[in-house]
Amino acid sequence: MSSDNKQEVYFSNPILKWVDERFPLSKVLREHATEYYASKNFNIWYIFGVLSTVVLVLMLITGLFLTMNYKPSAAEAFNSVEYIMRSVEYGWLMRYMHSTGASFFFIVLYLHMFRGMLYGSYKNPRELIWLLGMMLYFCLMAEAFLGYILPWGNMSYWAAQVIVNLFGTIPFIGDTLVEWIRGDYYISDITLNRFFALHVIAMPLAILGLVFAHIVALHHIGSNNPDGIEIKDNKDAQGKPIDGVAFHPFHTSKDLVWIIIFLILYFGAVFFAPEMGGLFLEVDNFEPANPLKTPEHIVPSWYFTPYYAILRSIPDPLLGFIALVSAVVCFVFLPWLDKCKVKSIRYRGWQYKVALAIFVISFVSLGYLGMQPSSGIYLILARVFTVLYFSFFLLMPFYTRLEKTKPVPDRVVYKK
Amino acid sequence: MSKVGRRKFLSIATSVTGAVGGIFALTPFVLSFQPSKRAKALGAAIKINIEKIEPGSIVKVIWKGMPVWILHRSEKMLDKIDSSIDELRDPNSELSVQPNFAKNTFRSIKPEYLVVEGVCTHLGCAPIEKFAIAPADMGPDWEGGFFCPCHGSKFDLSGRVFSGVPAPSNLRIPPHHYENETTLIIGENQEEENV
Repeated sequence: MSSDNKQEVYFSNPILKWVDERFPLSKVLREHATEYYASKNFNIWYIFGVLSTVVLVLMLITGLFLTMNYKPSAAEAFNSVEYIMRSVEYGWLMRYMHSTGASFFFIVLYLHMFRGMLYGSYKNPRELIWLLGMMLYFCLMAEAFLGYILPWGNMSYWAAQVIVNLFGTIPFIGDTLVEWIRGDYYISDITLNRFFALHVIAMPLAILGLVFAHIVALHHIGSNNPDGIEIKDNKDAQGKPIDGVAFHPFHTSKDLVWIIIFLILYFGAVFFAPEMGGLFLEVDNFEPANPLKTPEHIVPSWYFTPYYAILRSIPDPLLGFIALVSAVVCFVFLPWLDKCKVKSIRYRGWQYKVALAIFVISFVSLGYLGMQPSSGIYLILARVFTVLYFSFFLLMPFYTRLEKTKPVPDRVVYKK
Repeated sequence: MSKVGRRKFLSIATSVTGAVGGIFALTPFVLSFQPSKRAKALGAAIKINIEKIEPGSIVKVIWKGMPVWILHRSEKMLDKIDSSIDELRDPNSELSVQPNFAKNTFRSIKPEYLVVEGVCTHLGCAPIEKFAIAPADMGPDWEGGFFCPCHGSKFDLSGRVFSGVPAPSNLRIPPHHYENETTLIIGENQEEENV
């Protein structure tokens, strides 16, 4: 990014100058902050990437402090969580920040993904950014599932039982695979211990690496914007995009305001509703794991319920599992399923707008239905929405070709 | 105010607010390193029945994870308590840690019972009791006391350190008191004795 006329002194502080001669500090700051130009017409949808980073940091810090008192053994895990809640100084805060953070991570992430779908952020040339983002999403789902098992409550135990057994539906290798995942003939101390290792080391490392790659790729291409046009196509004499402003200080100071608003909401939940009426922390998980008693009403965490509803709506176990995996993986193919050249929904035809609206309604409805008993009208509705959910993806190559798009402006606009 | 001045003011104000917020945010994390309620409960005072400790014998208990000795000093031991006083570094316990009631020759409430932390004041090893008079390994002048195997510090039967050894001060005396004739409480002083 640094052009020839930008070789002026970056640091006046002699220590920073000394460092900069030996480490590309000013280069990194220029490329990723002070000379990284992002569109000046970002709206609220563009805050969720930053917020997910904020949540990631909160999770890493509180997770670190939880591991200091948590014991990953079947005999001690449940009591050690109670110990953290009751005996460790501010242990309750670490634990509630971590459990609430998991839910907020998914809120932020789903909105971040929806932003991509609104403004075509997955389209050429940002397909790889989208793919890295999808890998992050899968890692985060695995991370959330593994973390959910650790308190070793009764819901943890049976969630592990159900999810691990899903792999048993795979023909031929199913049973062996399930045994391999558990490391035992049932969900045991061994399973818990390895899930702990994966949760605190493997997944966080993978997530950090992917976040790094996600941001490097983004900063290489440049951020999208609500108009879905490339601001790099319009540069001034210095080579700066006319419609862009530097990430720092302009976007960072705006982000700071949103981060504070986000933290108010987040800590509101942490302090006043950490269980969120059973959505964030489920009642059955306040009981220790009991291999003899399945909770009467077994439900995954709210962020998995859309997929859970899809799983349950299909009567065959293997097909159900395939549907579940497909529903998650579908997103990966969006850059190639979407045949429309226009990125932003502002200038796209009614077909995509309607399809996206149906998709959102289906996703939210499936989320609700996943928490209800799977019978009667609920089951019928779940099947209807499952069909609509997959139609959004499978029919996309057809309806996006039919779109009558509006002319896309050359420069970004503020209001629409 | 000029535009630049205003910007500078706002930058500094934001940074200061952020720094104060940062300190507040850091507080629970720092405090969570403190002993938990369970650790505090486990570190509470302990009760010991001293009835069965024969004169001349020692009982070792654990309080707050460290050895605490209860030595029942015999008449003979008490008689010789000051025999090596010239060789002691801190005979009057001026430089040592103990409750006020133990700042005496016997370093105890009752002369016959010494209650002392079995932790060498040098680097924390547990000294070994050497009650025999003039044994081969301690030399002809030894009148009985404690010997630290780590770096050779020596203490007398009141836990007072000898001069010329690495330990800088006498063995620490933990807070303690007697609930009645036979019951010793280690970990808290009697209310009036605290003053």
